Amino acid sequence: MKKPILILPCSGIGKSFGSIARDATFRVCDELRPGKADTLCLSLLVMGDEEARNRVSSSRCIVIDGCPLACSSNNVERSAGNIVAEFKVMDLLRENRGLKPREVTLLDEDGEKLSKLLADRIAAKVDELTEESD
Amino acid sequence: MNIKPKVGVVSCSGECCGLGTISRIATRLALEELYDETVTICLPLFLTGETQEHGFAKEHPTIAVDGCGKLCAKKAITKYSKDPVDSVDVEALLKKWGVDPPEDRRVLKGKDLENAKRVAKLLTEKVEKIQGVS
Repeated sequence: MKKPILILPCSGIGKSFGSIARDATFRVCDELRPGKADTLCLSLLVMGDEEARNRVSSSRCIVIDGCPLACSSNNVERSAGNIVAEFKVMDLLRENRGLKPREVTLLDEDGEKLSKLLADRIAAKVDELTEESD
Repeated sequence: MNIKPKVGVVSCSGECCGLGTISRIATRLALEELYDETVTICLPLFLTGETQEHGFAKEHPTIAVDGCGKLCAKKAITKYSKDPVDSVDVEALLKKWGVDPPEDRRVLKGKDLENAKRVAKLLTEKVEKIQGVS
């Protein structure tokens, strides 16, 4: 079986962007494309955990950033990760101005809708990348 | 008027398993309860070396909330600021309580959400103790 594509979301905790990024990641890894996609703790990677760094440097990575500080992209780059696709929650919000996620702790209806939209896009990207390597 | 000191809470959002989700949800619930008295900081952002975040934890009492025994939050605060005044290890806490870790890492429901609320209550008590309320 091929190595799963790693998805690394922002873990932002102050606004809903991080919650949406995480939620979408789990949808893809656990529900939409189990086995084809996986994730790991961003904090563990940033702490310099050797196993996490090895996984990132030897995998194709999809990063999801919540805010312009781009913690996910920056830290995957620092760990010599191969970023094959990048998603930004802020871009998704701009495209869907009618959706206004307000809850951070437990996503509200708009947050859930954005998470589903993002998850579908990530899943499509996972399919594309998987087909390319077949 | 007795001004309560602001307390920082740095939580793991560990994406590897549901323990990170409990840490994150519990921290957010405590934050909602103690609005205006607590500040939370994204762990990856804290780790990437933003001086503002490190400065806050140097100047204010800070609690680390970790999902697992790797203790990323506790180690990060100690490394970049100073020792946290208190900490929570969710994995150890759940073992002590005799409850199972959550199976779903995306959405906490039922007993898993109740466990997150129980951790949040403990966290709230720790914050109040630091503030000299309890």
